Amino acid sequence: MHVTMTVNGNEVTADVEPRLLLVHFVRDHLGLTGTHWGCDTSQCGTCVLWLDGRPVKSCTVLAVMADGHEVRTVEGLEVDGRLDPVQQGFMEEHGLQCGFCTPGMMMTARWLLDHQPDPDEATIREAISGQLCRCTGYENIVRAVRWAARHPGEPTTAQDASQEVQA
Amino acid sequence: MTTKLFGARIRRSEDPRLVTGNGRYLDDLGHDAYEVAFVRSPHAHARILDIDVSEGVEVDGLVAIYTYQDLDGRMGEPLPLLIPHPTLTHGRTQHALARDEVNYVGEAVVMVVAVDRYVAEDVVGRVRVDYEPLPAVVGIDAARAAADLVHPDVPGNAAAVMVQESGDAEAAIDAAPHVLELDLSIERSASMPMEGKGVLARWDSDDESLLVHTSTQTSTSVRQAVAAKLGLPVDRVEVVTPDVGGGFGVKIVHPWPEEVLVPWAAVRLGHPVKWTEDRREHFVSSAHERAQQHHVRVGYDDEGRLHGLSVRFWHDNGAYTPYGLIVPIITSTQLLGPYKPGAYRVEFTSLYTNTVIVTPYRGAGRPQGCFVMERTMDAIADALGLDRAEVRLRNFIRPDEMPYDHGLIFQDGRPLVYDSGDFPASLDKLTKLVGWDDFEAYRAQARSEGRRVGIGLACYVEGTGVGPYEGGHVRVETDGTVVVSTGLTTQGQGHQTMLAQIVADELGVPFDRIRVTTGDTRRFKYAVGTFASRTAVMSGSAVALTARKVREKALRIAAQALEASVDDLDIVDGHVEVKGSPGATIDLGAVAVLSNPLRYAFDEAAARATQFATPADPDTPPVAPGEAPGLEGTDFYSPPRSTFANGMHAVVVETDPDTADIKILRYCVVHDCGTIINPMIVEGQVHGGVAQGVGGALYERMEYGPDGQLLNASFMDFLMPYASEVPEIEIDHLETPSPLNPLGVKGAGEAGVIPGSAAIASAIEDAEGIPIRSMPISPSELFDLRSRRSV
Repeated sequence: MHVTMTVNGNEVTADVEPRLLLVHFVRDHLGLTGTHWGCDTSQCGTCVLWLDGRPVKSCTVLAVMADGHEVRTVEGLEVDGRLDPVQQGFMEEHGLQCGFCTPGMMMTARWLLDHQPDPDEATIREAISGQLCRCTGYENIVRAVRWAARHPGEPTTAQDASQEVQA
Repeated sequence: MTTKLFGARIRRSEDPRLVTGNGRYLDDLGHDAYEVAFVRSPHAHARILDIDVSEGVEVDGLVAIYTYQDLDGRMGEPLPLLIPHPTLTHGRTQHALARDEVNYVGEAVVMVVAVDRYVAEDVVGRVRVDYEPLPAVVGIDAARAAADLVHPDVPGNAAAVMVQESGDAEAAIDAAPHVLELDLSIERSASMPMEGKGVLARWDSDDESLLVHTSTQTSTSVRQAVAAKLGLPVDRVEVVTPDVGGGFGVKIVHPWPEEVLVPWAAVRLGHPVKWTEDRREHFVSSAHERAQQHHVRVGYDDEGRLHGLSVRFWHDNGAYTPYGLIVPIITSTQLLGPYKPGAYRVEFTSLYTNTVIVTPYRGAGRPQGCFVMERTMDAIADALGLDRAEVRLRNFIRPDEMPYDHGLIFQDGRPLVYDSGDFPASLDKLTKLVGWDDFEAYRAQARSEGRRVGIGLACYVEGTGVGPYEGGHVRVETDGTVVVSTGLTTQGQGHQTMLAQIVADELGVPFDRIRVTTGDTRRFKYAVGTFASRTAVMSGSAVALTARKVREKALRIAAQALEASVDDLDIVDGHVEVKGSPGATIDLGAVAVLSNPLRYAFDEAAARATQFATPADPDTPPVAPGEAPGLEGTDFYSPPRSTFANGMHAVVVETDPDTADIKILRYCVVHDCGTIINPMIVEGQVHGGVAQGVGGALYERMEYGPDGQLLNASFMDFLMPYASEVPEIEIDHLETPSPLNPLGVKGAGEAGVIPGSAAIASAIEDAEGIPIRSMPISPSELFDLRSRRSV
């Protein structure tokens, strides 16, 4: 089937099998491998991306269902080379270890902050409570989102971030 | 002097890549590869009568179907038994593809290679395998009863019986003023990393070489195993570990069937081949851990001091024993925790069942041992009416008794000798942190509000940094970049950052000029792997020693260039300086240029080292005797034995009087991993471990049906904690340096998980007044315990 959608602001078209999952479409067809898959049953949330501005688990969305719609992935968080404060927050607060759940967590966090700029800890935990992390125990993820809430206008580039070292 | 980075909260150098979606996990690689799916056994125990692939071969996009009959040479032999032990008299390992019998649901029977995974799955659905079901042995009770056998030539389903004894425990118990007996059990859980396993293999037929990427905790050993299985010279095989989405133990096992089958198929097909494990496969064909039953007999005096301890336990090792007896050996030794048991005897039987294999999961046998010892401590306190913390204090090994020899043999084949730790100081910190002495007032207040609360604690000692060795390579490039390599692998622990901190200090270079590579056999060929909380101890020490060698070499070369004595030089911020002579300086990149005498100038920097560029002593060879070109070095660290970290956790729980819901109100940790390299990373490790401890205590269990079907083989039914279940964690540190390594460090990776079940059981028991003898515990189980008590 023929699909056309906007992914991170760019229009893409492709011929896909009707059974192709959206997560496999963005990973294998578009090469956007920042979105991961971890369970196939929509429990783990490593595949979370945005569909029409809302976080969805893309392992249970067919690529054809995204036809005519708008997709945003972790690769679309950085804008004009400037990191999203959520990305910066995860680095500042050690919100990631292996990094596998991180893109999905950040997509949900960005959505939360867009709708609730100053969420408390309970609200953050509730927002990410459909997504699993096996490394961090979540505490630093919560702190990372809080960091981003406190620093809404301080984007940095990935280059800056890797150069900065705080002793 | 450059700011000291050892001990500092440095942000991770790994992160910019990972937060921008630029991680390179296994399934992110090899988009040109064929993909693999497996036909796996639906039976826990069955004979294979016939395999019919005729319908499968009609599917468009199929590349190949392989069964056991196709496996040639050593591929047809069972997979290796990785850690033999004299008492493992009946070790058994599986074939890469089942030969004539399957022994667990999920065992690989047929391998399908196709153009993509969707097609491969289509073919899997069309392959027909006829089985003759055999009786399944499921659970420790059935294995012990041995009415049926997993392997017909293994009597009693016993892979091994092992005894260790220090003193005459039974006599000491019989002579003690008081004796208690307890039966305790823990159920199965699993590592369950967010990324499953995966393998990608590329065969270069021109070069006759194989490049394997695998999501492993040991690339060097996978390399040896793949070469051996495929009959290739080892130098024709390289193994690279890409970013790994968590390991927690399950990825130390190797070679997994898929880890040899995928490279084997890539060579046969002359085309890249990839397999990425899906979640259901991970549940039914990777590894589990934990399940044990213990019987404890303990003798003690009126003060609560142990006179003798005898533990008999039964360990469920699943269908095969590729990883030997490591888990029950760790349980049997680390059970002792920070205590002097008086005389001690432990005997375990490692039992086969028709279930997924059991191999180390973070904690690796220690959570069970800690649960048993700490439940025993609480039972003694209860019997004597003593404070639980006080009973522990009275039994601690004291700091002035270090090093303390338990008279047992540890998992590394070395004596169980604790090197360091101050257990009374740790307990003091913990009781203050949690407010142990003030808890009764809180309990009374809660009770007046109709709430039921309890407090518990648990202590552990963890042998970390086991040998035999790790190594490091450090090279200064001519642009001043420092490349560091160590052979062991990384699964998210922040090794690049931690190792760069060490090298930055040792070599005197800025952190951001250091590039660290782990787990790439093209870069470093000798290594053991990442397990047993060993990276900071082993590779940390190895790269420190290596950096010191490189520093010495840099100073020798710079001394000549600066016409100064080595003793007058220092390296600051990547420059060698003559102390007290500003301006007399040469940057390390230039030293690297000079370290490599050249004939040809391939760039501007190189020109400085060419033969006509510098005046030289005509009678001395350009490379001095005993030297080698390049500003680089390699060194290894091999400790005499493990170093022992320790910690103590205290938990406050609230149990709902009506629903029996269990809520953690506070979770406090005191942790001693020796000298801390990066507190941010250590605390992150503790957080993650505690979350897994909470999962193991309250939620996670593998529900096997009596027929050996894993009934909850998905995240829908196997409950792992979400952010809504893990409490905030309060941490305090004690640093007692290890005398065994140059950095004074002890491992931290597994610590957080070890006392979880023990501490939470202690708190629930305190809240409810009902003995808690098995974990995990669900609200309905607690409700049942209450109902039984009230009958």
